[in-house]
Parts: sequence; structure tokens; C-alpha cells
Amino acid sequence: METIKDLLMILVSSSLVSNVVLSRFLGLCPFLGVSKKINTAAGMGGAIVFVITLSSGIAGAIYQFLLVPFHLEYLQTIVFILVIAALVQFVEMFLKKYVKALYQALGVYLPLITTNCAVLGVALTNVQKEYGILAGMVNGFATALGFLIAIVILAGLREKMACNDIPSAFRGMPSVLLTAGLMAIAFCGFSGLL
Amino acid sequence: MITGILSAAALIGGVGIFVGLFLGAAGVCFSVKVNKKEEAVLAALPGNNCGGCGHAGCAALAGAIVSGDAAVNACPVGGEAVAEKIAEIMGVESGESVRKAAFVHCMGSCGKTRKDYAYTGVEDCAMIAFVPGGGPKSCKYGCTGYGNCVKACPFDAIHIRDGIAEVDREACRACGKCVEACPKHLITLEPWQAKHLVACSSADKGAVTVKLCDAGCIGCGICVKNCPSGAVEVKDFHAVIDREKCTDCGICAEKCPKHVIL
Repeated sequence: METIKDLLMILVSSSLVSNVVLSRFLGLCPFLGVSKKINTAAGMGGAIVFVITLSSGIAGAIYQFLLVPFHLEYLQTIVFILVIAALVQFVEMFLKKYVKALYQALGVYLPLITTNCAVLGVALTNVQKEYGILAGMVNGFATALGFLIAIVILAGLREKMACNDIPSAFRGMPSVLLTAGLMAIAFCGFSGLL
Repeated sequence: MITGILSAAALIGGVGIFVGLFLGAAGVCFSVKVNKKEEAVLAALPGNNCGGCGHAGCAALAGAIVSGDAAVNACPVGGEAVAEKIAEIMGVESGESVRKAAFVHCMGSCGKTRKDYAYTGVEDCAMIAFVPGGGPKSCKYGCTGYGNCVKACPFDAIHIRDGIAEVDREACRACGKCVEACPKHLITLEPWQAKHLVACSSADKGAVTVKLCDAGCIGCGICVKNCPSGAVEVKDFHAVIDREKCTDCGICAEKCPKHVIL
């Protein structure tokens, strides 16, 4: 099916070249909302890696074994939303019971991800680009890794900026959006990789 | 046409029913027993998650109280009212919890201390602690007045007035955030009742302190000689009051030539 080379290409292109936040503009709310401190940003990023990798696998399986045989591909969006929400709920219950430490580390971020458009975005791109289940999961992992990289970098920059004397018009969100914009320009440099 | 609609409805309905049943079953299988007491204790706590008790938030403290690892009056913010409520839930006596308030051990306001240079850099105490002389004020032990304590306070109980941090004792809940935030370690939690405290932390010798600040302890030792209970001693060239021995008689404050004991 897919060769290792193809999977590596997906990994690099989804995490760096077409970064989910910085070039596809998905998942912006957590990107701006929980990037004040590196610790919380890394927690959010970790939770997203976890959920997207799982959900892209399951969404891929549902698409291939349920929607395609019945010719109901047009229902993908609504089915994916349903499945992702249920999956996050289930994962939360499972972690609470068996992996208490991880549950506490992810804390409030896990349920927040249910409404994250990046998760749904990955599931839909997988269908669009006709990835199989394995390639879809690699794509999901890579996309989430890209999100993790971007949010941790932004959090680091924001921590540095926090004690600077910024003109009052730029204080708060404006300076963060400008920083994110500059980061997006910097990430354009990766387009030479592929 | 009709079959298309029906199959779509059947699929979505089927997935919905399956997800519903699956989550319902999972909810039963994976249910975690939550201690009723823990929930009640958590509800009684203030819920600021300030960490003043030394635990990671109110939920962690509630767990510790129920398992007996923390006292029922462990929450410094809630004080006696909360301690009593929790004691009722736990069915034990609350004991006395001493109300405390933060106190800034420095009075070197702009009028009283001198400045070596005009500082225009980053306005953050932790950063200023690294500039020459530990900040623009001549005394390197004093409050720089850039308000890291103000930023840290979750209760809006500490403010910078005239270049010095000032505690609003009514609003202070003694969570200890400012104590951690101050890079010069000028803030301590003192009993709310304590009237007489030393408002200077200068470790310079008396002769140097006199030149640098009008409100500095010179370590003359008059308070030590006059204290009837032997509670005051001079450490690092400034007076320190031992709360255990102090009877709050106020003789030290009366006799202090520099009026740094309040």
C-alpha cells in the first residue's frame, strides 16, 4: 500500500510545510487561548496529538467500511462530528479510570478538544486526499505534531513578551496575532523542503 | 430516492444509537467512585485554586483532607468559616486557625530612599533584581516597587504606593502568592493580630543604611535591650522579632530611633 517514503513525506509535509495552524488556519482558538505558558501549551498539544491520532484512525475506518459501501460519502461531516465527540468522551472516561496521572495532566483540555476544528479538519482532509487508514493516522499524528510545535513556540515567545513594555494599543491579543503572523511567515521557509 | 433517504437516516440513526449505547455502557463500566465527602469538601472550599495551602488547587486539597493528609483548617484563604464547614462534613473539631496577613518588610518609599539612576527598562521585579545594584533604589535589599506581588495577588490586596508595596489587610487572604513572587524576599505572612513588625530587611551595616534610606534599620539594638520578653534580636544588621516570644507590648516600637518597628 503506502511505502515508508510516502509516510515520511506525509509526516514532514503535514507537520512543517503545511502546518495546521500557521498555513491552514485551523484550530486557532486553542492556539491563541492556551498559549500563555509553555507548560499548559504543551499539555494542550499533547492532548491534541493523542486525540487526533486516534480519531483520524477511527474516522478513516468508518469512512472505508461504513460510508463507502453504502454510497453515503456525503454524510462524512456529520458522522465524523458524532464519532469524534463520542471518542473524546470515551477516552476521558477510560483515562479517568485507568490512567489517572494522564487524566490529571490533560485536565480540562481533553473535553475542550471536542470542539476543535483541527480534529474534524484532519478527518476530512484524509478523505479528500484519499489516504488509507494507516496514512490517515500518520497524517493525523503529523498534523497534531505541527500544532504542538506551533503552540509551544508561540507560548515561549509570549512568555518572553509578557514582561516587555509594549505600547498599549498592541497589548494582549494584537501583539499575539502579530507574533503568530510572523511565525507563519517564518514557517513559509519550510515550503522549500518538499 | 426514498431508499437513499432511508439508508442515510438508518446509518446516522444506527451510528447514533450505537454511540449512545456504547457511551452508556462505558459510563457504567468505567465509573469511578467519587467520594461524597470529597465533593462536599470541594464545594466548601473557596475554589480560587490559588495553591496557598501547598496543594495543586482546591480539588487536590479536598482529596488530601478526606484522606487525612491535610488538616481541616489547611485552607489559609477560607479561614475559620471554611474550616468550620469542612470540620462539620468530616465530623471533627476544626481547632483554631490563626488569621494571617502579608506584611512587607520595607518602608523605603520614594521620599525616604535615594535613587542611584533612572531606570527605564523592563518593569518586572524579577528582571530588576539583576540590574546593577539590584534596581535603581540605593538600597539593594529594599522593595523596587515594580509590583510582581501586585500581579501575583489573586485578591487585589497588594498595591504599589509611592514606590513601595502596601498590603490591604482587610482584603488579604494570606494565600502566600506575593511571598513567592517577591525576588527580594521582603514579604512574609504574619498573624493578623500582630501589631509590631520590623519594616526593614537591609543587611547593610548601620552606617551604610543611614546614608541610603531614612526608613532603614541600623541595627542599633535598642529594641533588643528594651524588650522585656527577649523576643527581638539583630540578625544581618536588622532587627528580627520572634513571634513565639513576642507579647505585642510595643516597647520596641516606642524606643526605635528610626521608627522602623511599626
